Amino acid sequence: MTSTLENEKQTATPLVRLNKAGKRYGNVIALSDIDLQVGAGEVMCVLGDNGAGKSTLIKIIAGLHQPSAGTYEVEGEAVSFDSPREALDRGIATVYQDLAVVPLMSVWRNFFLGNEVRKGPQMDIAFMKKTCKDEMLAMGIDLRDVEQPIGTLSGGERQCVAISRAVYFGAKVLILDEPTAALGVKQSGVVLKYIIQARERGLGVIFITHNPHHAYPVGDRFLLLNRGRSIGYYEKSQVTREELTGLMAGGGELEALSHELEAAGGAAAGVAAALGEEIGGLGLTHDDNGDGTSAAGPPGPPRASGNSGPPGTPSNPA
Amino acid sequence: MSDTIEASPPPMLDERVGRKSALSRVFGRPEAGSIAGAIIIYLFFFAVAPSFRNASSFSSTLYVSSTYGLMVAPVALLMIGGEFDLSAGVAVTSSALCASIFSYEFTTNVWVGVLVALALSLFVGFLNGWLVVKTGIPSFLVTLGMFFMLQGLNLALTQTLTNQVASPSISNIQGFASAQHVFASSFTVGGVNIRTSIVYWIVVVAIATWILLRTRVGNWIFSVGGSAPSARAVGVPVGRMKIGLFMSVGLLAWFTGMITLFQFNTIQSGQGVGNEFVYIIAAVVGGCLLTGGYGSAVGAALGALIFGMVNQGIVYAGWDPDWFTFFVGALLLGVILFNTYIRRRAEANR
Repeated sequence: MTSTLENEKQTATPLVRLNKAGKRYGNVIALSDIDLQVGAGEVMCVLGDNGAGKSTLIKIIAGLHQPSAGTYEVEGEAVSFDSPREALDRGIATVYQDLAVVPLMSVWRNFFLGNEVRKGPQMDIAFMKKTCKDEMLAMGIDLRDVEQPIGTLSGGERQCVAISRAVYFGAKVLILDEPTAALGVKQSGVVLKYIIQARERGLGVIFITHNPHHAYPVGDRFLLLNRGRSIGYYEKSQVTREELTGLMAGGGELEALSHELEAAGGAAAGVAAALGEEIGGLGLTHDDNGDGTSAAGPPGPPRASGNSGPPGTPSNPA
Repeated sequence: MSDTIEASPPPMLDERVGRKSALSRVFGRPEAGSIAGAIIIYLFFFAVAPSFRNASSFSSTLYVSSTYGLMVAPVALLMIGGEFDLSAGVAVTSSALCASIFSYEFTTNVWVGVLVALALSLFVGFLNGWLVVKTGIPSFLVTLGMFFMLQGLNLALTQTLTNQVASPSISNIQGFASAQHVFASSFTVGGVNIRTSIVYWIVVVAIATWILLRTRVGNWIFSVGGSAPSARAVGVPVGRMKIGLFMSVGLLAWFTGMITLFQFNTIQSGQGVGNEFVYIIAAVVGGCLLTGGYGSAVGAALGALIFGMVNQGIVYAGWDPDWFTFFVGALLLGVILFNTYIRRRAEANR
């Protein structure tokens, strides 16, 4: 049993797998029937609007909550985490939106905060500075000076310090909570580049976002959430960027809104027409997409010309 | 263009670093304002007060500075850790009163009283820290309450136990000589009498600087003051750090109290009120941010030195000492304006 498991770990067993996972808070159902898996060198994107259940999902994977239904497996082994520390010990690291950095402290002090390397009673500062610089370089960031306060870095760079810190301290799976939410176009591109970088270093990445334009170029798999339920689960080959956008925007809802505005007449009708065009532009042949399979149109061509994405990354289906 | 710079392997000397001049590197440090202030004050009194210039009067200036400086060091660490201690001034007096009255009333060896005072000071520090950490009430309020309580205890208990406003002289009690030798002796270098408290001050500042810059604990002090939630998220024991910082203020309050006690054999029960602000001002002059997370023990020591120089310089210049607080206030404003200006400049240069 264990020996075959060992073999499989290298190839097939996903690092993290949720099976029909759900979460209830009292009588509130926050999440139900969620399937998700991510293997080494894969990027799993979780898309959803505000209140879709993304944070609950993160909390389950990160070990803050336990699923109240379904199973959670790490490297093929069912687990039940009591604290984020336990998840961290299994190599599951979460980079939250606030990043857990101290703005006034230098980059290297932040990088090693809580995990300081010591030589006798002192910190091994030379080693830590060099390691910090090297690790950031491995992520493709050439830092001016590791002594500069981390608050002087750009949002994207700070995000990358947090990511490379998690990687350096043994993360196998990275959970990134809306890393591009507060960033500009260019900065988002930088962060996406590091997500690819992390993937190429063999990490599994769970990328939480509400922006399909960020998710599509880097993702291998996409889970769409709405009101605590999965409204679609796609391999990259099964979905195009436009379809993803349409699903995210809630094409059906937009259409309804368009009709409503049309009925109101006057100036609203003009808005309705514009909205109608928008919906047409999304390439949605209207469909309710209850389970996702119906949305799988003709397999989209590999998109190499993403405006914010990295150079063409052919999907590697599991 | 910018793409090619980012993509190319880093050159050994990054061209983006070179622009920072040596001057702006000095001014980018937290100590900048206090270095400038100390030099200016020194030159000023050097010019206007002839007796300020000789070595023995500078030695006594250093002694006065050290009685502030020994407390300024832990108060600065505490401020970097994001908290205040308004009870620090009277805590020094409490400790000294405790040691002297205990050994006098119970006719014990002086050293017993000294140890009891140590326990009391550490307990007061612990109580401050524990209340702040457990209740989440700002340390400003918690230690303000402690300040008034200690002040009242100092006056009332001294009056009740000794029927005086000062502690009884303890110079005849067993162990006094050895305790005085440890806490308040002096030695002579090149004809100049130097008090040991100056040496203790330098040692304490050196240790505080070493802790801040070279040890893990120092890293944690900066982090709990800079952003406690972030520090907690990466596993820093925030509560224990803060309680430890309050207790280190207690430890040095005891030490300063003993130095004062054994210098004069007795201590006034109303002494120390107002000193808590002196400590905080010196730390701020030395570059500590009121909001925490930034500062320097060396800068704070220079802040204490500025205080000592103004205190003594006014006397040597033959001026009315009533002007002292005016000068201190003006100095505080001046250095803070300077610090703010420099920090803006330094940030703009990045």
